Amino acid sequence: MKQEHIVIIGNGISGVTLARHVRKLSDKRITLISSESEHFFSRTALMYVYMGHMKWNHLKPYEDHFWGKNRLELKQAHVEHIDAEHKQLTLDSGELFSYDKLVIACGSKPNKFGWPGQDAEGVLGLYSKQDLEQLEAWAPNNQVCKRAVIVGGGLIGIELAEMLATRNIPVTFLVREAHFWNNVLPVEEAKLIDRHIREHHIDLRLSTNLDEIITDEIGKVKAVKIQDTGEILDCNLVGLTPGVSPNIEFLKSSTIELNRGVLVNRMLETSASDVYAIGDCAEQREPIGKRPPVEAVWYTGRMMGETLAQTLCGNPMEYKPGHWFNSAKFFDIEYQTYGWVFPQPEEGHSDFYWEHEDGKKCIHIHFESDSRIFKGINTFGIRMRHEVFDHWLTQKATVDEVIRNLKKANFDPEFFERYENEMLEAFNK
Amino acid sequence: MSVDVNMSVTGNAPEALSVQQKLSSALGLAGIFIMTLSAFDVGFQPKTLWLTLSLVLVAAGIIWYTKASYAGLPEGIKNDGVYFKSLTNRGFWAYILGLVLTGFYIVLYFYPSWMGLNSEGDNTGIVALFDPLSKALSGNPASQWFVYGTLYTLAILGFGIKFLWKYRHNSYQRLRTFSVMFFQLGFAFIIPEVMARLNNDDFSLPYYNLVNIWPLNYYNFEQYRVDDFISAGSVGIGLLIFGVLSILVITPILTYKYGKRWYCSWVCGCGGLAETAGDPFRHLSDKSQNAWKLERWLVHSVVVFVVIMTTAVVYSYLNNGGYWLSGGAFLVSVASLLTLVFAWVMIYKREQLQKDAKYAAIGFFVLILALIGLHFTGISGNIFLFEAETLRSTYGFAVGAIFSGVVGVGFYPIFGNRVWCRFGCPMAAILGFQQRLFSKFRITTNGGQCISCGNCSTYCEMGIDVRAYAQKGENIVRSSCVGCGICASVCPRGVLKLENDTPAGRINSKEVLLGNDVDLMDLVNQNQKK
Repeated sequence: MKQEHIVIIGNGISGVTLARHVRKLSDKRITLISSESEHFFSRTALMYVYMGHMKWNHLKPYEDHFWGKNRLELKQAHVEHIDAEHKQLTLDSGELFSYDKLVIACGSKPNKFGWPGQDAEGVLGLYSKQDLEQLEAWAPNNQVCKRAVIVGGGLIGIELAEMLATRNIPVTFLVREAHFWNNVLPVEEAKLIDRHIREHHIDLRLSTNLDEIITDEIGKVKAVKIQDTGEILDCNLVGLTPGVSPNIEFLKSSTIELNRGVLVNRMLETSASDVYAIGDCAEQREPIGKRPPVEAVWYTGRMMGETLAQTLCGNPMEYKPGHWFNSAKFFDIEYQTYGWVFPQPEEGHSDFYWEHEDGKKCIHIHFESDSRIFKGINTFGIRMRHEVFDHWLTQKATVDEVIRNLKKANFDPEFFERYENEMLEAFNK
Repeated sequence: MSVDVNMSVTGNAPEALSVQQKLSSALGLAGIFIMTLSAFDVGFQPKTLWLTLSLVLVAAGIIWYTKASYAGLPEGIKNDGVYFKSLTNRGFWAYILGLVLTGFYIVLYFYPSWMGLNSEGDNTGIVALFDPLSKALSGNPASQWFVYGTLYTLAILGFGIKFLWKYRHNSYQRLRTFSVMFFQLGFAFIIPEVMARLNNDDFSLPYYNLVNIWPLNYYNFEQYRVDDFISAGSVGIGLLIFGVLSILVITPILTYKYGKRWYCSWVCGCGGLAETAGDPFRHLSDKSQNAWKLERWLVHSVVVFVVIMTTAVVYSYLNNGGYWLSGGAFLVSVASLLTLVFAWVMIYKREQLQKDAKYAAIGFFVLILALIGLHFTGISGNIFLFEAETLRSTYGFAVGAIFSGVVGVGFYPIFGNRVWCRFGCPMAAILGFQQRLFSKFRITTNGGQCISCGNCSTYCEMGIDVRAYAQKGENIVRSSCVGCGICASVCPRGVLKLENDTPAGRINSKEVLLGNDVDLMDLVNQNQKK
């Protein structure tokens, strides 16, 4: 019998996780289509290539022979059109490509908000392999790039700032919020990161918006104008990092139902039969818990891949992400979060904040005021165990129980100084 | 310049050293230059002054360089530009350094007279330059080994300070580095030198670094040393017994409790040099599966070789009589011990060995027993077919000199800092065998937090593809892991932690990573039905 052919658009973490799991569970024919790179790479690690910590090859989690050995066919092409009725893709070469089951895992693209000059030479996001190549060309050193301006105070913006700083390129970092990532982080943590950004000699401008990007006669970036003050900042590079949104332009000609992303139900099915969507580009019709309908996170992409593989291999399974978790690193400060910590405690919730005297480590816990049930933790500069917090969240442990047992959750290397007693003392006050 | 896709081959990256870094390098090189000049008997007098000057210049150069590199910067990982610098990215300077180091080792091992060693009369050249220090410590003139030992210790101390500064935010790295600096300075350098002062006409101990354990110290049970130990009375016998207990009792206990890191990255001198002077080259180790395969075959072959060689050497002098243990009894004990270990592994740990490891273990075991058997049946006159002396000198040349020295250190800038430890060290192989099968040590992965970035794998000096485990949520239990902890340090998401815990559940392969709320029991049951 001919094996079912599963075609995956995109070879990022979602598509590759799916492909790997389908291969583990079945003998189906699998093709991954991507125009970005021949082999899967870790998008989250792009920064390390520019910083000289790693080379491109190090970003690839699997050796190049892995794909052939596991019969995962790779096709370097860009999909132009999906004909869901005839189960056929049109590729940029004009080739028609058939599928039995189609999985859209095409990820995101950087947001642009219609700023004048946003498409000029010298303006980029930091998302794709191509962005990295552009950055290397436009900002190889501080002779070519005398100043860079970054717009958008999120995870990618701060990464870009860190990257440019390693090449001694002066960076001005425009953040719309009152503090760095303040739309996600409570003000205490946001301020802690503000200080750390400045410690790295980044010119951090808070509550500051971009007005326009000014170009020279050949269409190259030469300055930016700041809203409100009208200040003109000379620069050779503008990093636009105000978040990402689903990369669905190529789907507009198809019959697949779209909103901000590709609309899917809990089974990750789109409106077209035998077409699924996972990862950054998928939008849940019904948001799951407190999660936004579009989640552009490495981990959720991976989890959707794991789930859909089960479904495609005859074990239908709903996408049920467990407790929220995430992590990041801001220059030298590591951040992990388990459960929900919002910029402000929700109605009927309270919080507990502890900060070390060095101003580089802190924890922030949210809990229900009456029942004292633990809702979530942000931890900066102290590593914590995922498993332990996952367990506490499932068990609906109280904040008191959590604080008393924080030692169990510590994941710092051996011999590191421990602060649980100090935290407990602060909590009991 | 490398040929693969390196986006930064533009050469525009900030690879240039700062002015201070250049000056400090020049200062350190000036110290080396004095030593080099002394080889040509330019007549540096007084020697004490010039020796002090050269050693101080080297040390000051390293420390100044360290300060210029890290002082004033926030604490954190300092790997910026590692792949842009010629020296650390297999560029021109890496090959120059590789040539200089291999050249030095070749002279050291095979042409010590070029360094001025003179066993008949007074030393000349570099060795003579070091005479004052040697006389101050042991009372004897220097040898090429004393020169080497001094420079080796200087490298571990100097670059140890650099490493301490680089990782000043990390207590694990700091303690570990203090430890290797302490063992090098005390146990490997000062104590054996001072012990030599105790020697006189009727009391003589061999040069003994207590923490240089057989089989790393492959000559520890050679006749001249054993004779020395025995003739030195209870102190000597004590040391001899300590040497035997070290490998048979002490290291198994410590490795069970802490993994082989207690030795390889806390105590051992080879590890000490790799972790300090070799640290800038740690990312050059080959992570491919082919390299891993080569490693397994090579390192275990060296173990077999050293066991055969030592058995043959010890047997041949015991057989001549005059010792309380006879050659035959010794051979039977060796065979029994190997049988015991082999039987234990095959009975209790069989399922933890990969197929090729099983075949290799059986093959090696049968080989050794067959050779011993051949001897007892009188088919072969020589134990193990060759003269013990032939085996000994071959091992000393191929493994002791070429592998551990010329290649092991000389190729730091090309193949990374642990080439010897990974591919050649029989001690590391024995400890690793135990670490894999019988130890509480593992590197724990933190739930679903891995983002597959690859920092851990890139900076693993032993060439372990750490990420391959971490991204599956599987703990890392690998025989080659020396527990340096750098993977955990460079991880940007706090995913890895070196731990000693109960041996049960040490390896935990997961179907679905933590964070995805699929009904795991359901999944497991369904999989069983299939």
